Amino acid sequence: MKEALLAEGVGKRFGAVNALQDITFAVGEGELFGIIGADGAGKTTLFRILTTLLLPDEGSAEVLGLDVERSWREIRRRIGYMPGRFSLYPDLSVEENLRFFATVFGTTVEKNYELIREIYSQLEPFKTRRAGKLSGGMKQKLALSCALVHRPALLFLDEPTTGVDAVSRSEFWQMLRRLKEQGITILVSTPYMDEAGLCDRIAFMQEGGVLAIDSPAGITALFGKQLFAIRHTQTWQLITALRSSPNASSVYAFGSAVHYTDKRSALRADELLADLQAKGFEGAEVRQIEPGIEDTFMALMEKRTEAAHE
Amino acid sequence: MRSFRAFLLKEFYHIFRDRRTAAILFGMPLIQLLLFGFAIRNEIEEVKLGIYDQSHDVVTKEITDKLVSSGYFLVTQALHTQAEIERAFSVGTITEAIVFEPGFAARLQREGKADVQVITDGSNPNVSRIITGYTASVLREYRNDSAKMAAGGVVGVEAVPLMMFNPALKSVYLFVPGLMALILMLVSALMTSISITREKETGTMELLLVSSLRPVQIIVGKVVPYLLLSFVNVVTVVALASLVFGVPCRGSLLLLMLESLLFITTALSLGIFISSITSSQQVAMMISLAGLLLPTILLSGFIFPVASMPLPLRLISNLIPAKWYLIIVRGIMLKGTTFSYIWKESLILLMMTLTLIAASIKKFSVRLQ
Repeated sequence: MKEALLAEGVGKRFGAVNALQDITFAVGEGELFGIIGADGAGKTTLFRILTTLLLPDEGSAEVLGLDVERSWREIRRRIGYMPGRFSLYPDLSVEENLRFFATVFGTTVEKNYELIREIYSQLEPFKTRRAGKLSGGMKQKLALSCALVHRPALLFLDEPTTGVDAVSRSEFWQMLRRLKEQGITILVSTPYMDEAGLCDRIAFMQEGGVLAIDSPAGITALFGKQLFAIRHTQTWQLITALRSSPNASSVYAFGSAVHYTDKRSALRADELLADLQAKGFEGAEVRQIEPGIEDTFMALMEKRTEAAHE
Repeated sequence: MRSFRAFLLKEFYHIFRDRRTAAILFGMPLIQLLLFGFAIRNEIEEVKLGIYDQSHDVVTKEITDKLVSSGYFLVTQALHTQAEIERAFSVGTITEAIVFEPGFAARLQREGKADVQVITDGSNPNVSRIITGYTASVLREYRNDSAKMAAGGVVGVEAVPLMMFNPALKSVYLFVPGLMALILMLVSALMTSISITREKETGTMELLLVSSLRPVQIIVGKVVPYLLLSFVNVVTVVALASLVFGVPCRGSLLLLMLESLLFITTALSLGIFISSITSSQQVAMMISLAGLLLPTILLSGFIFPVASMPLPLRLISNLIPAKWYLIIVRGIMLKGTTFSYIWKESLILLMMTLTLIAASIKKFSVRLQ
């Protein structure tokens, strides 16, 4: 597979703050690649370096085979970029925004209408409305249309679903899958773990570093422990009791359940249940489950923090 | 070129769709000119005058008539005692009192001089000084007239002041050039700096940078609309000043417009420079207001003469573009000066512009900071 994007040892400092350190990863052509991380993990800085808007202090990066420092002008022409904040003109109408961005990217709406039709057709009834008066989901569709209108080979989407309702979010991901089918490589960042599973591959970022890069299945395989979901009406007491147990490895609330890993291996759910019942948690429910991406992320984060403390 | 045209169109949308911006752009010159022209002025009309005439003779009557017929004074009260004067001042029915001594005409006849006491309200020294001046000039005129009539002629040295270029000392002559400088500075520098920093703040600058627009196109695209609008403002102010207030343009109108274009360019490059060193609209506005508005009003010679400032301020005033533009505009409009007398000031403005543009290009980044 040819690489659409290649980052090698990219680092960036803002004053005394190390925003990025030693970021190395590659994105294949036609891949839908996710960058997952909490706010402040360095996702936006990484995007700005890859879109040539910031220079890396260390390392190098290639986008579409071009160096981000030397060939920035050529790269800018061939990529699409949707910044994290709503970055269209609120006082221009939907249609004026789209036409403006088509024109300044050296094309016309008509030329590439096919590509954006599916997304833009939902906006067309409101095309005379000012962009500032659109709902969050519609703004995001308009921003995507504007980023796509010049048919970029590589699309950078910085937290496109932040602040957007659940329905619009899932619609948005369906759109991304269809764009991928059209052969566009997509690099998307998100703080939502549930969106990670929708990517071909993901990179976990924390505090400016990459924790792991793999397919969603590959990521969860990194978990490497038995994971139990425990439910009881008194969740808080349950967490306290589990944490005080000498065998506990990790205990954290996960929705309405508690996710638990033990230091012993080959533990059975009924053994754990018996333990809990002995501690007075009558009616507790214990199930061994497959670890999800969020579980893996938390485990990786913990491992990294422990390593930092040693 | 197509993308540049689209960019220009977008800028005009921004200006006309934002009602506040449009109102500031077009309303401010009108309101300020009318305000300065009609309301804020140094001339004083209809001075409320009280007369305490202890003599009641032909001469005091003549002098009173002369004061009233000058058009500046309005006799609102006849006073009869010294105490009454004080009361009238404190109540505010008069702003000036004139006291003729008893036997005024007789003494004038006998000794060739008699005393008139002029009392004004010192709580407003500016007004007092001006109306005392008016009164003195009316009295002087009366004395000259009567001396001529007496055929003896005036003996001694007489100062006959003539205010060249503005014989009536109309304050609107003073304000129009200053106002032009102020409006152009504000519209050009403030508006461009705000509009560029707004793009930085909303994140659209990121998109513009990754677009096929060149930085030069972005900057020129920001400048051109405001250049046009500022020029419209210059024409409006000059036309209004001449039609409503009768301020003439004695020199070449073409030269005035060319010099104004030069000053607009200076102000625009200042605006671009401000926006290249700031990243928020708020800061850009603060710098423009504190750094441009006040110096333009206070240090340019608009209201307070530069020559009477202490040395440090005089030196600083040289850095203020409006100072040079004011010299140019006053020269052309009021004195009919030709280019050969203002080339130095024009050159200074040109150098300032080039320096600012060079600095902005150096600071303008094709990347984010």
